[in-house]
Amino acid sequence: MNTELAVETVGVVKSFGATKAVDGLDLAVPAGAVYGVLGPNGAGKTTTLRILATLLAPDAGSARVFGHDVVRDANRVRERISLTGQFASVDNDLTGVENLVLLARLHGYRPAAARERARDLLEAFDLVEAAERPARGYSGGMRRRLDVAAGLIVRPQLMFLDEPTTGLDPRSRNEVWDIIRATVERGTTVLLTTQYLEEADQLAQRVAVIDHGKLVAEGTPGELKASVGRGSLRIELRDPADVPEASRILVGALGAPAENTGRAELTVRGTDPRSVARALGELTQTVEVDDFSMDRPSLDEVFLALTGRPATSEVPPARKPGRKQGGRDAGPGRRDTRADRSKSRADTAATTTEETR
Amino acid sequence: MTTATRTVEADERLRRVLGEDTRPEQRPGALSTSLALGWRALVKIKRSPGQMFNATITPVMFMLIFTYLFGGAISGSSREYLQFLLPGVLVQGVLFISTQTGVALTTDLQQGIFDRFKSLPIWRPSPLTGALIGDVVRYMISSVVVVAVGLALGFRPDGGPLGVIGGVLLAVLFGFCVSWIWTFLGLVLRTPQAVSGLGMMLLSLLTFASNIFAEPTTMPGWLKAFVDINPIGYVVTASRSLMNGDGTSDVGPALISCAVLLIVFVPLSLLRYNKSE
Repeated sequence: MNTELAVETVGVVKSFGATKAVDGLDLAVPAGAVYGVLGPNGAGKTTTLRILATLLAPDAGSARVFGHDVVRDANRVRERISLTGQFASVDNDLTGVENLVLLARLHGYRPAAARERARDLLEAFDLVEAAERPARGYSGGMRRRLDVAAGLIVRPQLMFLDEPTTGLDPRSRNEVWDIIRATVERGTTVLLTTQYLEEADQLAQRVAVIDHGKLVAEGTPGELKASVGRGSLRIELRDPADVPEASRILVGALGAPAENTGRAELTVRGTDPRSVARALGELTQTVEVDDFSMDRPSLDEVFLALTGRPATSEVPPARKPGRKQGGRDAGPGRRDTRADRSKSRADTAATTTEETR
Repeated sequence: MTTATRTVEADERLRRVLGEDTRPEQRPGALSTSLALGWRALVKIKRSPGQMFNATITPVMFMLIFTYLFGGAISGSSREYLQFLLPGVLVQGVLFISTQTGVALTTDLQQGIFDRFKSLPIWRPSPLTGALIGDVVRYMISSVVVVAVGLALGFRPDGGPLGVIGGVLLAVLFGFCVSWIWTFLGLVLRTPQAVSGLGMMLLSLLTFASNIFAEPTTMPGWLKAFVDINPIGYVVTASRSLMNGDGTSDVGPALISCAVLLIVFVPLSLLRYNKSE
């Protein structure tokens, strides 16, 4: 495993007026993998990326990309990175091929070589049919692919992707994921921001959870889940009439409340595999169990545990394309915070009571 | 993705293309990156012919209205007035198009395409200089249209072809310098609406309070004082002299106004552009 650091930030601070978008952020991103920066809207993800891509200078602290300071050695950094921003940075008036030819020319390709590279990329990104059409008429998924292709004209050492699948349908999202996986396989480090926990879980080898511009947690998706500790047990009984009896046994064996989550289904949250095995043994002596499964905690639960509020896991409403200053907007992720938090407290309280009994 | 084989093929192609490092050994210089971005501006002109049409129709309308409505009253005959008016309308046409520099810039800033340009290891002002290449082409097109329509209406310049070319080049040069004002304002104002709103107001004021449509001799003193220092006037006078064959003595002051614009607005724009937020 490569131990070189693609990105290292120490105490980075960036404010816009009175708002601290990034507030003392320390990151260490190992080279050669996908690193996910996870957080709700307004957590400071975009601002962090813009600092690392040399577009913003931090107010305090330092940031290095492959050892080069993003302020003092900005050009060294720019030679090694590519940036695909949150809002499509392709030119709507230009066709797909023209967009890529332009970028290839800016990388120093001769005209013929630029056209050839553009064609190759369009073919690989499944955009050949749209190659001669202005990007204005592209679907969201096509535009995203063109945008990512524009960032891969030359193979960057580090690729920044700001919310690469926000607003995409599941099929387009999978296509973008495939491209990201193939990019990493070819030796590029990818740093992506996302508000989708599933995306971080699917793609990233390591994840940083940030909130209010601060690092809340860092580790592999598995470690993060393990830090929350427990998963949930779901049991399906043959006979719905057994629910009260099964519920009593489970509560006794696991020390946690059993919720009736279906016709003959019970769910117990916050359990560990050993006590589940014991409880199942006890349960099957008296009632008939059709099916059971144990889920590890999702990153959603991790986020809730770390920040005291849920992250958005649904596709947010389409935002107006416009310049976003990271950290300024409190988006859909902030809604219903209070209600969800008090619900989670109630759950925790219930668990505690049962355990101390 | 109809069959599994196609998916596998597509997957292999993707990996092959991403694996190729065809990066040219030499980084492109300031000139080639500016030209590449200039090409982008030209493609955009080609893609929206309507915009170019609107931009050239304005000076033509002014030429028609003033020549036939007021021309006789001002100069005794429409034909005589046209000889006076055309160089001024030419400059006015270029000036009205120049706001487009700022509008296009703010549009780019809002779309985030400049973020990508700024993250590339290229000469930093390339996107600005590239856009100006497109603007100069627009000024040329507008000027050629104005001169062609003028000739059809009876414009017979005493300066001959060389005089006309000289007058056009001066107008285009002035447009290039004024574009830097819009570049700066675009970077400061940040929205296309703000730039075009301010542009229309400022330019209407400055082009009417000038010697484009009438000699300032009959204007009231306060207006004449303003018209005399209006930099547009120097350029119009010089363009007029060149086209009418009155020599090159008026070119000096026009070039000085151009130089002043560049000295003030180029550094301001670059400072603003390079400043990290």
